[in-house]
Amino acid sequence: MNRLKLDRSLRRDYLTYAFVIVAYVILQVFSGTKGFSPTLRGQLVPICAYVVMAMSLNLTVGILGELSLGHAGFMSVGAFSGAIAAAALQNAVPSPGLRLAIALVIGAIFAGIVGTVISVPVLRLNGDYLAIVTLAFGQIIKSLIENLYVGVDAAGLHFSFLKPHITLAQGGRMILNGPMGIPNIGKISTFLAGFILIMLTLFIIFNLVRSRAGRAIMALRDNRIAAESVGINVTKYKMMAFVTSAALAGAAGALFALGQNTIVAAKFDFNTSILILVFVVLGGLGNMFGSIIAAAALTILPEALRGFADYRMLIYAVVLILVMLGTNSPQLKGLLKKLVPGKKGEEV
Amino acid sequence: MKKSVALLLAAALCLCLFVGCSGGGNSNTPATQAPDNGAAAAAPIKIGGIGPLTGGAAIYGTAAKNGATIAVEEINALGGLQFDLRYEDDAHDAEKSVNAYNTLKGWGMQIFLGSVTSTPCVATSVEANNDHIFLLTPSASSTDVLGGIANPLTGTVDIPRKDTVFQMCFVDPNQGSASAQYIADQKLGTKIAVIYKNDDVYSTGVYNSFAPKAQELGLDIVSTTTFTEDTKTDFSVQLNDAKSNGADLVFLPMYYDAAALILTQANAMGYAPKWFGIDGMDGILSVDGFNTALAEGVMLLTPFSADSSDAKTQSFVAKYQAAYGEVPNQFAADGYDCVYAIYNALTKAGVKDSSLSASELCDKLIAQFTTMTYDGITGTGMTWGADGAVTKSPKGMFIQNGVYVGMD
Repeated sequence: MNRLKLDRSLRRDYLTYAFVIVAYVILQVFSGTKGFSPTLRGQLVPICAYVVMAMSLNLTVGILGELSLGHAGFMSVGAFSGAIAAAALQNAVPSPGLRLAIALVIGAIFAGIVGTVISVPVLRLNGDYLAIVTLAFGQIIKSLIENLYVGVDAAGLHFSFLKPHITLAQGGRMILNGPMGIPNIGKISTFLAGFILIMLTLFIIFNLVRSRAGRAIMALRDNRIAAESVGINVTKYKMMAFVTSAALAGAAGALFALGQNTIVAAKFDFNTSILILVFVVLGGLGNMFGSIIAAAALTILPEALRGFADYRMLIYAVVLILVMLGTNSPQLKGLLKKLVPGKKGEEV
Repeated sequence: MKKSVALLLAAALCLCLFVGCSGGGNSNTPATQAPDNGAAAAAPIKIGGIGPLTGGAAIYGTAAKNGATIAVEEINALGGLQFDLRYEDDAHDAEKSVNAYNTLKGWGMQIFLGSVTSTPCVATSVEANNDHIFLLTPSASSTDVLGGIANPLTGTVDIPRKDTVFQMCFVDPNQGSASAQYIADQKLGTKIAVIYKNDDVYSTGVYNSFAPKAQELGLDIVSTTTFTEDTKTDFSVQLNDAKSNGADLVFLPMYYDAAALILTQANAMGYAPKWFGIDGMDGILSVDGFNTALAEGVMLLTPFSADSSDAKTQSFVAKYQAAYGEVPNQFAADGYDCVYAIYNALTKAGVKDSSLSASELCDKLIAQFTTMTYDGITGTGMTWGADGAVTKSPKGMFIQNGVYVGMD
């Protein structure tokens, strides 16, 4: 009995990997053809970033069971640290692929550090309190970055807080201009990099969840008091999930930023946090496959609806409500359960 | 339990989307494109534009779109060269703006009217430059849009020039330094306070060039305070700071919605300095519920005034009011001028139909724009340099008896 259960969850994991690989290969083949929509081609990298964001938030919300409303804050930290690193290393590391990899790692490390710092006060709280504190955290990050000025010249990086006065040597340039963000990011993110990051994220999350630590995290989610009573270290396991989630969000942020021409701190506000939460809720709490589908579908949907002109966002909202209602109806859930997960259609 | 909380929040988001949508929908829904006149003539040239048609900045995008639509209708009615205008929504977001740009590219856009707001236009201008599509933005005034212009704070050129990008509006630093120059020349004030919005590219850009220029001209800035999108409802701290430092002129480089609140709150606390604004101040007289008597004596530098006696302006204002039921602001005028400037350049270059590719049109337009002179409703004798910035003289205006009056 126990063995069968393990096999089923493992099989689901493998199917998720397989789905991502197949989707990547199909998109990669078709994106080269002429008939492929330029809009979708431009969205491939952001979709990858949002998918990773959704999965990383699902780790906090679905697996750890804590509602976080500041996830865009970690994305922001990753985006800005990654983009600044990539700009600073422009001459030192000429290869864009390597520079991207370094930027992603730096984004993940910075977001992980911020996640660790935040988790100390945050994880003393539960439920709604935690949600409010993460919400505040997201706003703090936004305000901090809006007041941060970064320039680079031969001597290295120069920072200034609040006041935009930086003296740069000849040949230097400003990277981050406070509220104006980073206006000149050379796009180096590729769809391949996004695909690798998604696979890596799946690998990390699945291995964490299926490990001893993962079972402890889920035990905390299901019943904290019972878990504590059998000797599970609440702080340690909560922190493990939270910091992993933050670091993955940082990598996603760096991937996102380096696929854009410009980013501003205001982009990563409360609305973005909620948008990612919508991906997670729509895809199903704890369901990584669902997060992937939901993030991809809801990123494409508003663009696909451009034909409706003025009624576009209205229809988007209606579709969102219908899908929410649909996926939560017991009849449909029963129907989906009968089908093997992984055979679900791609479209919404 | 947590799921229900999450669902509740998700539902709240849906509601937000509804609200945002109805706001955008209500403002202006009449027919968007009507290139029907002379449809039998040559295939129209496809002009694409992007702006915030929904969300908080929707008034700017909608105005620019409406202005451009009127110009296209007028031009198509003339026969000859035909335009087909398509505007896409970006909700004032760079990521969505690039998506919209790609959609327009898929549609076959040949000339690009850019994004209406600065941050999205910084992103789309990179794309247009890479694709070699001509871009003339009505109102994205940041120097980052053009590239190649030195940062006034550090003196470094952070972004290389994007050759295909041109602006119809003043570039922000010009407005800041022109304002400082104007205040010094006319001796409008001795102690100056500045309130600006430090999370806004436009406001910060103007301030960053105003401050060094003011210092250079020996103007005494006694108070500099800021606000952000989240704090733009209460200005008591900023106003008290200006008042306690004895400022007799307050410089407000911001859009009119915040300026209207500042004037109202200053009046409530009995503070009556001189007010000086820039082109974003235009429109303050049409704010709902704003007592226009408070704006009496407000000075602003603006390229466009709906009350001008100029025949072209009057005809545009009349058409705009008939079609959309409101007085056009400078965004509408900029949109209108953009289409006409492109039309003039194409006519001068001898372009008769849409047979040329976007790239060929781009080369012709760049050649025309750097040499031609254009007279429009936002200025006469406009010229463009190779840096893409427009040269036109701002008009000093002040508000008297509820209308704009020229200062000179």
